[in-house]
Amino acid sequence: MTEDKNILEMRNIVKTFPGVQALKGVDLNVKYGEIHALLGENGAGKSTLVKCLIGIYQKTSGEIVFESECIDNYTTADALRMGISMIHQELSPVEHRSIMENIWLGREPKTKLGFVDHNKMYEITKEVLKRIDLDEDPKTLMADLSVAKIQMIEIAKAISYNAKLIIMDEPTSALTNKEIDQLFTIMRKLKEEGKSIIYISHKLEEIFTICDTITVYRDGEYIGTERVSDIDTPTLIKMMVGRNVNELYPKVKCDTGDIKLEVDNLTSEGAFRDVSFKVRKGEILGIAGLVGAGRTELIETLFGLRKKTYGQIKIDGKEVDVRTPQEAKGKKMALLTEDRRLNGIFPMLTVFQNITIANLFKYENKFRLFNHKEAIRDVNEYVESIQIKTPSIYQRMENLSGGNQQKVLVARWLMTSPEILIMDEPTRGIDVGAKAEIYKLISTLAEQGKSVILVSSELPEVMRMSDTIMVMYEGRVAGILNNSKDLTQEEIMHYATGQIMKDKAEYM
Amino acid sequence: MDMNTKDINGNGNTKISKQNVDTVKKKFAFTEIWKKYSIAFVLLMMIVTISIIEPKFLSSKNIFNVLTQAAIFGIMSLGLTLIIISKGIDLSAGSLLALAGIIAASLGQVANATSKFYPNIGELPLIIPILVALGIGGILGTINGGLIAFTGIPAFIATLGMTTIARGFTLMYTGGKPISQLTPQFTFLGDKIGILPIPVLIYGIMIIITWVILNYTSFGKNIYAIGGNINAAEVSGVNVKKNIVLIYMYAGLMYGVAALVFAGRVGSVHPGAATGYELTAIAATTIGGTSHAGGIGTIGGAVIGALILSVLRNGLTLLGVQAYWQQIVEGAIIVGAVIVDMRKHKKKN
Ligand SMILES: Nc1ncnc2c1ncn2[C@@H]1O[C@H](COP(=O)(O)OP(=O)(O)OP(=O)(O)O)[C@@H](O)[C@H]1O
Ligand SMILES: [Mg+2]
Repeated sequence: MTEDKNILEMRNIVKTFPGVQALKGVDLNVKYGEIHALLGENGAGKSTLVKCLIGIYQKTSGEIVFESECIDNYTTADALRMGISMIHQELSPVEHRSIMENIWLGREPKTKLGFVDHNKMYEITKEVLKRIDLDEDPKTLMADLSVAKIQMIEIAKAISYNAKLIIMDEPTSALTNKEIDQLFTIMRKLKEEGKSIIYISHKLEEIFTICDTITVYRDGEYIGTERVSDIDTPTLIKMMVGRNVNELYPKVKCDTGDIKLEVDNLTSEGAFRDVSFKVRKGEILGIAGLVGAGRTELIETLFGLRKKTYGQIKIDGKEVDVRTPQEAKGKKMALLTEDRRLNGIFPMLTVFQNITIANLFKYENKFRLFNHKEAIRDVNEYVESIQIKTPSIYQRMENLSGGNQQKVLVARWLMTSPEILIMDEPTRGIDVGAKAEIYKLISTLAEQGKSVILVSSELPEVMRMSDTIMVMYEGRVAGILNNSKDLTQEEIMHYATGQIMKDKAEYM
Repeated sequence: MDMNTKDINGNGNTKISKQNVDTVKKKFAFTEIWKKYSIAFVLLMMIVTISIIEPKFLSSKNIFNVLTQAAIFGIMSLGLTLIIISKGIDLSAGSLLALAGIIAASLGQVANATSKFYPNIGELPLIIPILVALGIGGILGTINGGLIAFTGIPAFIATLGMTTIARGFTLMYTGGKPISQLTPQFTFLGDKIGILPIPVLIYGIMIIITWVILNYTSFGKNIYAIGGNINAAEVSGVNVKKNIVLIYMYAGLMYGVAALVFAGRVGSVHPGAATGYELTAIAATTIGGTSHAGGIGTIGGAVIGALILSVLRNGLTLLGVQAYWQQIVEGAIIVGAVIVDMRKHKKKN
């Protein structure tokens, strides 16, 4: 009955920022009980649109009709009251407070005397967590949780408002398959209850799995709306990018050379133990595994961000002791970290500053003064080649879209021309077209004889890019596999979930 | 089909967007200029207003007066600008100035001074007190930076401790007495060449040096990075600890320079000298748009901030405003400037 009624109609929405017109008159119509995907390249205006809807931004012009009522000039608090809630693309937890305090922030349950009722808060938090199948103590501090867990808490929070319309801006970019499945189950349940969801993601498989309808924007313009059942991947990509993208993963097989990096029995107490592997020149080593498998901790140790308990790291056959990132950089290593807000971007600094910060020495002249001309030229080159969408290289980083921020970080590290490039979830939140571009750059590096370590939760990415795949499970190496055509996702998952290790143990 | 929808919409929108783009551009240009120079406009307006009421303000003598008055806390604010951009703070600036100044002065007295601090040594060349002032400023600044970088205690606390300690040393050093009768060489630092006051000359040189450091060296760029996101700076290979030490050391050197100018101008240093100067210097930096949230700030801003305070003090005196009122107005200006500044950094519009 409600099947064909719209819960939300946004018409001809325009949003301008100083120097940028982010939305040039776009539409979005969402039905009751529908999961509606909002798609487009990085910087297309998706986040801007939903921020206008939730009241973070005020639209410049246009019309918003929610539940047959025209709404205008409202705050986020108003939107929440009307029944619209949102999971934000950039997480913003209050780090040193507990899960329950984060979820009920600003609407804490009160006792009769007007004090915060902690017991009640504890109980209702338990309920909310149970709804998303999360087994955490509500009193745990946010700072003690992994990125994925924090994301799940954000999801719990958005659901706890009992909203009729939930906006999810790239909720899965920090999640692994298990949690994504959990999220999808929740989404289906919400849909059955007649609630609507606006879903933003760059992972196209997800769109086909969970969404009913798609709307595509490009450069702030409305491209079209289609039912998912009426459309296929190439058409969808063409709508988004405006051209055909043929080879999504253009891995060029190249000959590998001498051993560049050798790791022996590396252990960091409490994170991973006895990890051994080798990477050759020109080789791409993929590291797969579930959240908590110790992948991020492992590469942090390689880069000197974390102390090793014991074990050996050899570069070019010589043992090295890397205790700080400066030393790692001195050994021509580069690390693109996983958590771009925490230790990636400088939000208030410009794109130019963000890219050059790891490359300053390159542009020092003989008086140790900075050569801006050369740096500007190189930065512009990278901005163009990986299509960073920004009005100028002097735009502040915080004004870029999420995907474009990620591209800036990729540029920062590629610019250091590393011998060993370590990337932790490098394409998180990056659109299909730009992904292809980044893969091409990684491949080119390998062709030039550089070694690449690629940590990714996206199995297809690891499988298409890597020469060798190391799978980790609970802090140990579960297997090192030669990447061949016969290797299947299932096989890798066997290792990643610890099944194969256990099998072996039983035989012994 | 989908592609058609795009075309229809595209055409329908081009007109609107063209218009919009133009107005946006105009508005953009204006807001950009306003943003960049708003604080300079404020200074200009103050100068215009004051000189309309009191034309004497614009006499070259008075202008140099204003500049000279700005020089001491202006030089201090150069160091503080680096510190505040890195998201730090330094409360010890005034008392480091006093300590550096008093020891330098004790080595810069004339041979036959009535209360000579070191009766057995004659008149030393100026270079000795200069090196001593810079040395003390630099070393104590380094200690500030070292404490902050290596123990992780907040800059506020570390430098608060330093404030008290340095002031204590100053009192202990002279037993509470002032030191005066400095050599002519020394007082020349507070004098003039032709009509150009030496303090203004020194201030100018320090401005240029600091500006070059902040904008054209890796050290300068690292300061912005540390203030912008200390974790990201670490991961990017910035030696955060070393840079923090260097920042406070550089600031200490600036206090040393300011101490020399102070001693030269006043002709004597007493142990309670420069009390509260750090607040004026912090105010100058803050009025100039340096954000206490870190990562944002310019030397140009700090200079304009110092000039605003100096013009204000001078102007209000010229206009015969009571000293009490001067303080109240000054406080209001500081808070007002920061409010304006915060609004300009606000993302929402
Ligand atoms: N506060 C802001 N100030 C200036 N420009 C902005 C601001 N927020 C967004 N923009 C610009 O608006 C455009 C759209 O950004 P938006 O974040 O909506 O993109 P998106 O479609 O969500 O991209 P992504 O997939 O990368 O998250 C971008 O060009 C961005 O640089
Ligand atoms: Mg976005």
